Amino acid sequence: MNEKRRISLFFFVLVMIFFYLPIVMLVTLSFNSSKSFAWSGFSLKWYAELFQKSPDLWQAFGRSLIIGVTSSLFSVLVATFGAIAIKWYNSKLKNYVKFLNYIPLILPDLIIGVSLLIFFNMQVGLYKGVELGMMTIFIAHTTFNIPFSLFIIMARLDEFDYSIVEASRDLGANEIQTLIKVVLPSMMPGIVSAFLMAMTLSLDDFVITSFVTGTNSNTLPVQIYSMIKFGVSPVINALSTILIIGTIVLSLSSRKLQKYMLS
Amino acid sequence: MDLKINEKKDFFKWMYYLPLTFWMTLFFGFPTLIIIYFSFLKKGAYGGIAMPLKHTATAYKTLFTSSDVIKVVIKTLNISIWITAITLLLAVPTAYYISRSKFKNFWLLLIVIPFWTNFLVRIFSFIAILGNNGIINQLLMKIFGLKTPLSLLYNKYAVIIISVYVFLPYAILPLYSAIEKFDFSLLDAASDLGANKFQALLRVFIPGIKSGIVTAIVFTFVPAIGSYAVPDLVGGTDGIMLGNIIASRMFQLRDWPVASAISIIFIVITTFGVWLSMKMEKEEEK
Repeated sequence: MNEKRRISLFFFVLVMIFFYLPIVMLVTLSFNSSKSFAWSGFSLKWYAELFQKSPDLWQAFGRSLIIGVTSSLFSVLVATFGAIAIKWYNSKLKNYVKFLNYIPLILPDLIIGVSLLIFFNMQVGLYKGVELGMMTIFIAHTTFNIPFSLFIIMARLDEFDYSIVEASRDLGANEIQTLIKVVLPSMMPGIVSAFLMAMTLSLDDFVITSFVTGTNSNTLPVQIYSMIKFGVSPVINALSTILIIGTIVLSLSSRKLQKYMLS
Repeated sequence: MDLKINEKKDFFKWMYYLPLTFWMTLFFGFPTLIIIYFSFLKKGAYGGIAMPLKHTATAYKTLFTSSDVIKVVIKTLNISIWITAITLLLAVPTAYYISRSKFKNFWLLLIVIPFWTNFLVRIFSFIAILGNNGIINQLLMKIFGLKTPLSLLYNKYAVIIISVYVFLPYAILPLYSAIEKFDFSLLDAASDLGANKFQALLRVFIPGIKSGIVTAIVFTFVPAIGSYAVPDLVGGTDGIMLGNIIASRMFQLRDWPVASAISIIFIVITTFGVWLSMKMEKEEEK
């Protein structure tokens, strides 16, 4: 066993360095006073530039937040109902719906982007196509968020003690009362983690968004992409550092928050 | 677990089924059918689709006869296999170490944080490392007195390294949960029965975590062959993948039939992957 532990420890350390070296690099460079990757002294000027001279980035960030919150809320709602359907109600639709939700989980983003772009742009008969913008981004994000939310909520429903639903019925509650007062509260842990997951996916998505974004509706990732592609400014290091710290704080606090809210 | 309750309460059944079925059919199922249909149409003179509709297999003919496309297909498969192999090689021992460690929750959190970090930020951080005046080149120049920087970016190796970085968490997590469920006393039993370490690893451990391995492969290989952003940003001309061809057909040439036809190939591969992992899941339940 010892030898196996040593080998696996070696790979584990390697992976950790691999994971965190780039992140440490970015954070360090964000405090670099020169524009190049060579260190030339501590400075906060990139942060100043980010906060004072980058209105585009902040607008994009605002759009990302709006899309993230609305599409996550909506997809969690649809997924919660869907999870109840698949777990507790048999229907001929069951396998079809499961299949329809399994495929987007691993289908390359690009394909979802291509098919939605063609779908939105298509002009057939009376249907003249949809103008690309916030609405199409919302639809796209909801579409890729639903399957992830569904599977997280379904996994949590496995642990659900169904006898409490029967108990609530025996005590005279009708379907809606049972849903609102018994089922939804006990599903909350799954719903909250699905929401957080959907939020992360939505804030992170570049590929699908880049296909369905209009001329004036870039989200933060699309904006970052064009910064990387067309001339990198160290402002992006400052922004990345803030995003990374935000992520860590969010993931730590969401665990605490979940425990706190649900216990 | 199937609880068949309230088969009579059709109204509630529909209330639960309808939103999900409606949304995914309209915005996923239907658009997929459209691109299947469009892949059999003719490109319009100004892009899009030729009107009146003409049914033809031109797009597929282009795919299977154009040597450029075939070259990229082979390159894409080659790059994706390397990505999957390296990811698996790193992920199996890492997942093993974590599942046997006392601090597994903490390590898992550390694995998940890069996964939560913006995808483009992660790609960008590698540009800071591998770029011409990135840290590796600076070190090489200082230590070995290199005059000109090595071009570590804009080739297929950069695509492989960065993709492994991006996909590793997706592989570590399913492997971790499979190893977690594995009964390690089986290994002792194997050695009691005379198997050496290598035999025990190959014939007991690997089959025991098979479902995790298959899921990890599916979750790495399928997104890898569909890569677009990584090869676009760091692949240069050497690292072009099929995803980049789809994007250029879509946006520059506005050739919807060919873009659709390539997409169909991806859908077929993905459906096969889904079928495979659903099958593994069923086997596990037995």
